[in-house]
Amino acid sequence: MSDASVFDELPGDLMIWVLIVSELLVFGAGLAAFLAVRIADPAGFAAAQDALYRTGAGLNTLVLVTSGALAAWALRLREAERRGRARLCLVGAALLGLVFLAVKSAEYAGKAGEGIGWDTHPFFTFYYLLTGFHAAHVAAGVAVLLLVAWKDAPRNVEAGAAFWHMVDLVWMLLFPVIYLLR
Amino acid sequence: MKYQSQRIALAYFSVALALFAIQILGGLLVGWVYVSPNFLSELVPFSTLRMLHTNSLIVWLLLGFFGAAYFLIPEEAERDIHSSKLAYLQLAILVLGTLGVVVTYLFNLFEGHWLLGKEGREFIEQPKWVKAGIVVAALIFLYNVTMTVLKGRKTAITNILLLGLWGLALLFLFSFYNPDNLAVDKQYWWYIVHLWVEGVWELIMASILAYLMLKLTGVDREIVEKWLYVIVAAALFSGILGTGHHYYWIGTPGYWQWIGSIFSSLEVIPFFAMMAFAFVMVWKGRRDHPNKAALLWSLGCATLAFFGAGVWGFLHTLHGVNYYTHGTQITAAHGHLAFYGAYVCLNIAIFTYAMPILRNRDPYNQVLNMAAFWLMSGGMAFMTFTLTFAGTVQTHMQRVLGEYYMDVQDQLAVFYWMRFGSGVVVLIGVLLLIYALAVPRREVISDNATVAAE
Repeated sequence: MSDASVFDELPGDLMIWVLIVSELLVFGAGLAAFLAVRIADPAGFAAAQDALYRTGAGLNTLVLVTSGALAAWALRLREAERRGRARLCLVGAALLGLVFLAVKSAEYAGKAGEGIGWDTHPFFTFYYLLTGFHAAHVAAGVAVLLLVAWKDAPRNVEAGAAFWHMVDLVWMLLFPVIYLLR
Repeated sequence: MKYQSQRIALAYFSVALALFAIQILGGLLVGWVYVSPNFLSELVPFSTLRMLHTNSLIVWLLLGFFGAAYFLIPEEAERDIHSSKLAYLQLAILVLGTLGVVVTYLFNLFEGHWLLGKEGREFIEQPKWVKAGIVVAALIFLYNVTMTVLKGRKTAITNILLLGLWGLALLFLFSFYNPDNLAVDKQYWWYIVHLWVEGVWELIMASILAYLMLKLTGVDREIVEKWLYVIVAAALFSGILGTGHHYYWIGTPGYWQWIGSIFSSLEVIPFFAMMAFAFVMVWKGRRDHPNKAALLWSLGCATLAFFGAGVWGFLHTLHGVNYYTHGTQITAAHGHLAFYGAYVCLNIAIFTYAMPILRNRDPYNQVLNMAAFWLMSGGMAFMTFTLTFAGTVQTHMQRVLGEYYMDVQDQLAVFYWMRFGSGVVVLIGVLLLIYALAVPRREVISDNATVAAE
C-alpha cells in the first residue's frame, strides 16, 4: 500500500480542514434541527421571524463577504511576497469582522429591549444558539486574522483565510434559513 | 526493557490488576443483589457496594494510566524517569487513600465530619483528606513525568499524554467545590465525570494506543502522529460541549438540550477514528510483532470502544430519546461496554505489551491471554445486550405505560439472571488474564532444532 494519501493534496494544513468539517457538521446539524422543529409550528416560526431585523442581517452579509474577499486577497499578496499589502488586507478583514459584531450587538440589544430572550419561542432558542455560536466564531476569526497578520508565514495566512471563509460560509447558510425562509 | 526506571510500571500494573479483581468481585455482588434484593442489605447496602464497584474501577484504571506513563515515557523521552523514589511514594499515597475510602465507607466512620467523613457524592464520595492525598499524588506524578519529558526527547505521543494527564489532575479540583444547590453541584460534578471519560481520558487513550501501534505494527511515527492529532482534535471538539448531554434534566437552561444533542452526537467521530486508525495501522504495518495478544487487546479496545462509547452512547444521547431512557438499564448497558472497551481493554493492552518486557521473560502465556480476551469481551458483550433489552422493556413499561418502578424491576428478573451469568464469565476471564500475566511460562527448549523455543 502506498503511503501517499489523498489528504496530502489538500491545500493548507490538514488540521484546519478537520476543524472546518467539524464546524460545518455542527452548524449543519443545528440548521437541520431548526428546520425539523419548524415543521411542527410553521405559523409560530413565521411570526417570530418577523421580529428579526432583516436589513441589518443583509448589511452584515455584505460586510462579511467583503471581509472574506480581503482575506483571499491577503493570501495572494502574501504569496507574491507583498507582505505589507497582505497585512493591510488582513487587518481590513478583521476590522470588517468587528463591524459585523457591532451590527450583531445592536441586533441583540434591540431584541433584549423588546423583551425577547432565548426561551420566548423555540425559534429564538435556535436564533440565539446559531447566530450566537456564529458570532463567537467571528470574534475568534478576528483574533486569528490579526494573529496571522502578525505571524504572516504563507502557511499561517492560508489557514487563517480558510477559517475565515468557513465563518463566511456558515453565515451564508444561516442568513437565508433563519432570516428569510418563509 | 531499555531504561531501569520503567520497572516502576510493574508495581503500578500489579496493584491495578489486584484492584481489577476486587472490582469484578464487587460487580458480581451487585449483580447478585439485582436477583436477590435483600442480599447483604443490612451489612453493606447496595449503594456502598455499587460505589466500591465503580470507584475501584476508576482507581485501577488511573493506576494503569500512571503505570503506562512510567513505562512509555522513558522510551519516548529517551531517558530515565526523573525520580523513581517519588513514583513509589505516589503509589503508596494512592494505595493508602484507596484503603481509607473503603474503610471509611464500609464502617461509615466519622459521619458528617468535614475532613474525615464520606462526602456521599457519586464517584467523588471520598473524604476530604483522601481527595487532598489524590491531589498531592497527582502533583508528584505530574512533576515527575513533566521533568522527564522536559529534559528528554519530546514526541507527539508524550505531549498528548501529558496534556491528558494534566487535564485529568486539574479537572479533579472541581471535586473540592460542593455548592448547596443540587443543580449547580451536578453541573460542576460533570466537569470531572464527563470531561474525564469523554475528554482528557480520550487523549490518554489515543496516545497510549498510538504508542502501541507504533511498537506493534512498525508504521512510521509521522503517520501515527498525523492520526493522533486528528483524533485528539475531534475528541476535544465534540467532548467539551458534549457535556451538555448531562444537562437535559438537572435544572439547567433548556438550550443545553440542543447543544448537548448536537455536540455529543459528534463524540462518535473520535471513537470511529481510533478504530479506523488501529486497523489501518495493522494493514499498513510491515512488522510482524510476536506479541499477538497485545495486538488483539489493542484492536479489541478500539473496536469495543467504538461500539460501547460511540454507538451505545449515541443510542440515548439525543434529548428526545433520553427523555424516556434516562437512568434506565440502557445507561447501565452503555456504561459497562464503554468503560470496558475504551479504558479496561486499553489498560490490558498496555499491560500485555509491557509485562513480558518488564519481567524480561519473552515466553508469555499468549494463548491463555487471548482466551481471556474472548471470555471477557464475550461476557461484556452479552451483558451489554442483556441490559439493553432490559432497558428497552423498562423504558416502555415504566416511562411509556407508567407502571411502578419496583413492579417493572420484577418483570426484568430474567435479564438480571442472564447479566449475572455473563458476569461470572467475565470473572473467569479476569482470573485467566491475571494468571497469564503474573505467572510466566517456564522456558521450554526442545532438543529438536526445528522446534521453536516456547
